[in-house]
Amino acid sequence: MIRAVIVMNTQGKPRLVKFYDFQPPEKQQELIRSVYGVLSERADNVSNFVEADAIFGPGTQLVYKHFATLYFVFVFDSAENELAMLDLIQVFVETLDRCFKNVCELDMVFNFNKMHMLLDEIIFGGQVLETSSEQVLKAVEEIAKLEKSSSAISLVPKSVSARFGR
Amino acid sequence: MNPFSSGTRLRDMIRAIRACKTAAEERAVVRKECAAIRAAISENDPDYRHRNLAKLMFIHMLGYPTHFGQMECLKLIASAGFPEKRIGYLGLMLLLDERQEVLMLVTNSLKQDLNHSNQYIVGLALCALGNICSAEMARDLAPEVERLLQTRDPNIKKKAALCSIRIIRKVPDLAENFMGPASSLLKEKHHGVLIAGVQLCTDLCKASTIALEYLRKNCTEGLVRILRDVSNSPYAPEYDIAGITDPFLHIRVLRLMRMLGQGDADSSEYMNDILAQVATKTESNKNAGNAILYECVETIMGIEATSGLRVLAINILGRFLSNRDNNIRYVALNMLMKAVTVDSQAVQRHRTTILECVKDSDASIRKRALELVFLLVNDTNVKSLTKELIDHLEVSDQEFKGDLTAKICSIVEKFSQEKLWYIDQMCKVLSLAGNHVKDDVWHALIVMISNAPDLQGYAVRSLYKAFRTSNEQESLVRVTVWCIGEYGEMLVNNVGVLEMEEPMTVTESDAVDVVEVALQHHSSDITTRAMSLVALLKLSSRFPPTSERIREIVMQHKGNVELELQQRSLEFNSIIQRHPNIKSSLVERMPVLDESAYIGKRAGSSQATLSADKSSQTTSSGPSSLKLPNGVTKPPAAPLMDLLDLSSDDAPVSTSSTTDFLHDLLGGDSISPGVAPSGGAGTDILMDLLSIGSPSAPTDVLVPNAISSKQGNAPEPKIAPAPVMDLLDGLPSREENPVYPSITAFESSTLKITFSFTKQPGNLQATVIQATFTNLSSSAYTDFIFQAAVPKILLLCNCFNALDLIVALIFKCK
Repeated sequence: MIRAVIVMNTQGKPRLVKFYDFQPPEKQQELIRSVYGVLSERADNVSNFVEADAIFGPGTQLVYKHFATLYFVFVFDSAENELAMLDLIQVFVETLDRCFKNVCELDMVFNFNKMHMLLDEIIFGGQVLETSSEQVLKAVEEIAKLEKSSSAISLVPKSVSARFGR
Repeated sequence: MNPFSSGTRLRDMIRAIRACKTAAEERAVVRKECAAIRAAISENDPDYRHRNLAKLMFIHMLGYPTHFGQMECLKLIASAGFPEKRIGYLGLMLLLDERQEVLMLVTNSLKQDLNHSNQYIVGLALCALGNICSAEMARDLAPEVERLLQTRDPNIKKKAALCSIRIIRKVPDLAENFMGPASSLLKEKHHGVLIAGVQLCTDLCKASTIALEYLRKNCTEGLVRILRDVSNSPYAPEYDIAGITDPFLHIRVLRLMRMLGQGDADSSEYMNDILAQVATKTESNKNAGNAILYECVETIMGIEATSGLRVLAINILGRFLSNRDNNIRYVALNMLMKAVTVDSQAVQRHRTTILECVKDSDASIRKRALELVFLLVNDTNVKSLTKELIDHLEVSDQEFKGDLTAKICSIVEKFSQEKLWYIDQMCKVLSLAGNHVKDDVWHALIVMISNAPDLQGYAVRSLYKAFRTSNEQESLVRVTVWCIGEYGEMLVNNVGVLEMEEPMTVTESDAVDVVEVALQHHSSDITTRAMSLVALLKLSSRFPPTSERIREIVMQHKGNVELELQQRSLEFNSIIQRHPNIKSSLVERMPVLDESAYIGKRAGSSQATLSADKSSQTTSSGPSSLKLPNGVTKPPAAPLMDLLDLSSDDAPVSTSSTTDFLHDLLGGDSISPGVAPSGGAGTDILMDLLSIGSPSAPTDVLVPNAISSKQGNAPEPKIAPAPVMDLLDGLPSREENPVYPSITAFESSTLKITFSFTKQPGNLQATVIQATFTNLSSSAYTDFIFQAAVPKILLLCNCFNALDLIVALIFKCK
């Protein structure tokens, strides 16, 4: 199963953090820092896999991909195929791209809610739920439409609808 | 508008936080914001509730504590509007975890939402449930989830399937309920549902064997069909990744097939064809294709495949290994490690490629390759492999050196058939990377050298040569110094030269030079210096002309800050100056260190040991070997040392205290295998303890010298049998006879106790001890009490006959 999904920038600031097995918040921050420590030392032409035994426990590995200023990190154990995880990161990033129209780091900062929603459509409880960007986008758009049309919108201050209209 | 009121838009708060230049500023902003949110929460203001929760989630991601917002999540979930519910569930998943009791309060809301008409709300509820439910919640809500598995909406279906996975993990008993629905999921067309279904089945197999059987019977066909369809399917843009339709589905199905086929020949046979097809047809120029191939290979190795299929798999792995993409190589090495157990011959063919990977620039690949090489070593290829590895040791970088050295040393130890080769390799390793070598490795080397008398000359000469070139490596220095000390005359007189050696002349003063360098070198630590001092002492006896020079060198340390060195320096000085007559006997050649005992001790117990000292060499080296740190055995002989001090002072006393000494001697419960072997198959612990019926060492009493009281770095516990015998007041007999001689256990002016030993013919593990008490005084004994105690390793079956006892007494007490 997938243990965690972390998106952080090249300075180590977390942009999206989701742990699928419970860790207390301080431990989460510590883990994020250790992962950053490992990733910042990697050269550019080495493999994308790192054994994460020291950080997350025995049998775990992490796969990372570096896009512009962001590291996308998936932590998983031996029940997952490593190369498939690499592809999954690709799917995730492509979906983000389509959702936000040429996504950049700032998009991720201000819309982390939507990102969570998107991630939840792809990975569910540590397992892969859907791998087609089309399907995921369809679901996310439906939810957005629902929110807009919901009658409770009158109580909702401008920020939320503005966010979704963006 | 005050930027810190709870009316702040989320976006503004994020901007404010990002605008902070220092961490302290950020903390201040966050604190203010949290205070505002807390105020809003206590006012129970419904308007901004979900905006506040969004802010809280952001703050949580930055790492600040946010537990005060947990109840807010619940309130939001309970409200009617969709946006509120969504934020509420999201907050639930991020801020809470399954251990909180608060979670139980959500169960009711969850139940309602699971039955909601709006499918997205149902989806939300399933999502939350699937991510953080606890065992009780799982039990409560399992029937709902089961029902949802049968809906028509694929969105809900797949979420329900994955939710069931979590339920099964939390409550494995419920696995059987999900068997039926799971297998029907496999008949779906929608890929998302299929993947979820396959994952559910995989987890079911892991959770319960009944489910495994059921699925194996009913689903194997279906799975093969799915795989065939998806690999033959035409271009489907929706699921296409790099030209292959839905590789994720491929991989999942392959994995489930592996679980079903493991250990079951029938289903494995059924899968053979499709596996062969996938393995040959899939293109391997893209990552997706390689992922499928990798999983395919893993499956082939996991089930009972035909040998043809296995060969195919290993060939694929071989191709992976030469791929330029680091990821592929990494993954291939991983797979090969598992394959080695199944078919090691095939893997051997790729040995050269694997060796190349050890030298790769990527650290992850190097580590994997090294582990794999270690698994591949066998008797035939060990020499060439070691040579390669040692060559690489020279050029490898520092962090890797430690690992590499450890592996090389263990390979060399395990597989060396000739001592000569072993010594050679160890010399090289020590000179290249001595600082990374662990202590027990060079200890083992010394043990081995002392066990190979014909190679000692060669060993000391090679070490001498190695020392001249690289004297920075600590372990090399230590071993060299010890060997020169012990076998100095072999070095100088060229004893035991082997044919391949070049002639070399070393004078006595050269040898002393070497030790002096080791002593004075600034990077030598205490152990090395201590060993050098001792070696100098030995040399001064073996090379009398250098004695004066050595004495001067030794005296340089008489004011050393380290107590150890100072003490040694002064004592050795005094020995050299004033006790030349005992000096030579003090530093005689050390008795052979027992290799098997050493290995046994290393492998087994950690307690103080009695490595059986079989040598018939003079044990007047006994006292000196106490202080000679040969570094062979590890310390915890602290209790032993005390014991030996005690023993040398006390006369052997009553039996009970004797057995206490023995108890201490053995350090309690465990006894090392080294105890047994004195002279043949000694299964009798007691006899060995008392060293009766075995060739004995002479019985000279230990001279309790001040030297023995200090621990040194590695006191020599191996002479322990000697004090045991002294303790029991020596053996009258030296001949090996199976009749066990009686011993006088205690003798004073008033009482004499003798033990005589017999063994029942059928029961060799038990010894019958007959104690005879002789009253030597002129008065009569009254109220005589006899108590016996034995160390835990012996079992006292007291069946002594009281009557016999008294009779014996009476007859003697006249």
